[in-house]
Amino acid sequence: MSMSMLFLVMLVGVAATFYFCRQRSLSLASELGGIRHLHSLPVFYGVQAALWCAIPCLLIFGLWVVFDDAIIRELTLQYLTEEQRSLSANELQLLLSTIESITTGSSTVNDPQLIAISQHIVDFRSVSNLALSITVVCSLVGLSFWAWFKLKPENKARSNVERCFMLFLLLCSTLAIFTTVGIVFSVIFESIRFFQIVPIQEFIFGTQWSPQLSIRADQVGSSGAFGAVPLFTGTLLISAIAMLVAVPTGLMTAIYLSEYASSRVRSVVKPILEILAGIPTVVYGFFAALTIAPMIKNGLHGLGLDIAFLGVSIGPLEVSGESALAAGLVMGVMIIPFVSSLSDDVINAVPQSLRDGAYGLGSTQSETIKKVIFPAALPGIVGAILLAVSRAIGETMIVVMAVGTAAKLTFNPLESVTTVTVQMTTLLIGDHEFDSAKTLAAFALGLVLFIITLGLNFIALNIVKKYREQYD
Amino acid sequence: MNNSVTTESIAPLASEKTPEKAKTSNVITEENSDAYTTVGQAFSENAKMSMRNVNVFYDEKQAIYDVNLDIGTNEVVAMIGPSGCGKSTFLRCLNRMNDTIDTCKVTGKFLLEDQDINDRKMDVVPLRARVGMVFQKPNPFPKSIYDNVAYGARIHGLADRKSDLDDIVETSLQKAGLWNEVKDRLQQPGTSLSGGQQQRLCIARTIAVSPEVILMDEPCSALDPIATARIEELIDELSQNYTIAIVTHSMQQAARVSHRTAYFHLGKLIEVNETEKVFTNPDHGLTEAYITGRFG
Ligand SMILES: Nc1ncnc2c1ncn2[C@@H]1O[C@H](COP(=O)(O)OP(=O)(O)O)[C@@H](O)[C@H]1O
Ligand SMILES: [Mg+2]
Repeated sequence: MSMSMLFLVMLVGVAATFYFCRQRSLSLASELGGIRHLHSLPVFYGVQAALWCAIPCLLIFGLWVVFDDAIIRELTLQYLTEEQRSLSANELQLLLSTIESITTGSSTVNDPQLIAISQHIVDFRSVSNLALSITVVCSLVGLSFWAWFKLKPENKARSNVERCFMLFLLLCSTLAIFTTVGIVFSVIFESIRFFQIVPIQEFIFGTQWSPQLSIRADQVGSSGAFGAVPLFTGTLLISAIAMLVAVPTGLMTAIYLSEYASSRVRSVVKPILEILAGIPTVVYGFFAALTIAPMIKNGLHGLGLDIAFLGVSIGPLEVSGESALAAGLVMGVMIIPFVSSLSDDVINAVPQSLRDGAYGLGSTQSETIKKVIFPAALPGIVGAILLAVSRAIGETMIVVMAVGTAAKLTFNPLESVTTVTVQMTTLLIGDHEFDSAKTLAAFALGLVLFIITLGLNFIALNIVKKYREQYD
Repeated sequence: MNNSVTTESIAPLASEKTPEKAKTSNVITEENSDAYTTVGQAFSENAKMSMRNVNVFYDEKQAIYDVNLDIGTNEVVAMIGPSGCGKSTFLRCLNRMNDTIDTCKVTGKFLLEDQDINDRKMDVVPLRARVGMVFQKPNPFPKSIYDNVAYGARIHGLADRKSDLDDIVETSLQKAGLWNEVKDRLQQPGTSLSGGQQQRLCIARTIAVSPEVILMDEPCSALDPIATARIEELIDELSQNYTIAIVTHSMQQAARVSHRTAYFHLGKLIEVNETEKVFTNPDHGLTEAYITGRFG
């Protein structure tokens, strides 16, 4: 029986159990003189019985599917020759993959021994499949009957079903937690491996970043330096530019929308802002690289003299096509809707009574905003900004496209810099061994980035929470 | 609710006393609303504010029908009536607070002394300094007690020096009967006070801009009886210097604090009279029905 067929059978069995147990509870009820003599409504008895069947069957099914490959693999090993079994782990894996590809018919290997083994595997699989089907169907039927016979009017079906539902919801929510924990641990372990190769102080305080490891021992200029400072300054520079764009614009937008705009304007502007928020970051990246960066370059070319005249030394005015400014500007635009919609929520949450109070004393609209609404909303707005900062720090795509990968330690927005996230992608793109310092460095960067954004989010959410409590 | 049935079945008690008014007033329903004249003494010799032919609409829905009323200088006028009858709406017209509601349209004449405040050209900023408002729920700003009271004085430029501002804050808090309770904690947030204290803080905040008229919209409805008694005392004291219009759902409160009482019903001003008369011997049947608790 194929897996999907088996699944269908399970579904039908469970549905039938539900139906019959519900009927039975109804007939028990009529014997007793009405549904109100049952502990729970008939549908709860049905659901309870269905759950009693479905949960064990699904467990068996799941465990079987998880473990049968491993078991079959163990069984296959006995057919290998002594020397094949003593191969290294990698080579053994390769051999097993070859055999596997014979079973699916996608390999042209003609080794009779391997073909024989693959035949064994096919046999094992069909036996396993059959056994699974029988086990599942038997337990299904057994459990259905058991549920049917165990059904008593005084069963606490309602509370059992509610508890199951609660557990199910709990399971779903823990999924996210487990994923987070898994990611954290994998990043931490890989980072520890990295710090065994590169000392942690060199990583955190080093100002040289050139992760090119030598391919040949005699190669020049590829010592592999892993000082992360230029990456973090680059990230800082770009995020700062982005926030300079996003915070004032977003905040003013929010104030306009929540305090000044008529409902007509609001109904037009808000959706447009939401579109802005929905544009994929790659597209922003195009825009930054192809439109904004050249514009800045050309614009500054004309301005060059003036800047020199003002005595601001920004070095030789060779603006590179890839500048931190372009990426920062575009990233700022990207974050505007984020800032504006969060601040809009916060401003709207300021109670109307405060506005009335201010207007009632003769405040103008801007006085009301400056002196009453803004201070009242400030904690929430700070929270929103911190969330936006962590967004900016984590943003990759725009920077990849508009900034490049040169790890320069500079605070000049017209130069090309690189950021943590960009380096992480470049480190991991392409074929690398997974335990070279180069790839492991990506995990170390990820760890630091994770700690920073986690900290920011933690602070931000706490501020926002405090703020909420103030008005509840 | 069967208001219309009730209203038609109750004839004005004083129909003999005011025959010409009784004719129009004895059946008042939502249909024949336009031609209604208030019974009692809606007008005052010494009016601080005079409202004439006031109609208020929320979009198409009319909330106030042709109200005429005077509020005398240093008088406390209470406005009572079943909820939804338009008391707040009317009160909010008196300092143009309804401007903040887009759908709200107000017509009619509102004279503050001899200035029409409903004129679109009228600047609401100085108006609201002259006609202050205290709201149903205490709404101190998220600032210190001092800054709450100083707020109005600052935005109206009433104090040139810090010491002037200190004076204004102190006298306002004293007038609001809050000074002794807060004089040692002026820098603490206004929200840290109790509900009754917050409301007195709001009154102090209103007084601080030296208004001539104070509007109060159910100022005690969120307070406990002791805090309420404290505010009522305060209103009594304030009436020596200020003209006060107070909306209240408590008839006892209206009886205790006000000189005249106006009874609103479904957007119409039914009766205005000396408070004592309204509560002992009202001219109109609807008023009597309300004060004896037959509806409301
Ligand atoms: N902002 C508003 N928009 C539309 N209708 C309103 C608004 N405020 C009040 N109303 C309506 O106007 C009428 C009078 O309301 P209100 O003045 O608040 O009554 P009261 O203060 O006497 O309880 C009610 O029918 C109410 O539904
Ligand atoms: Mg009201």
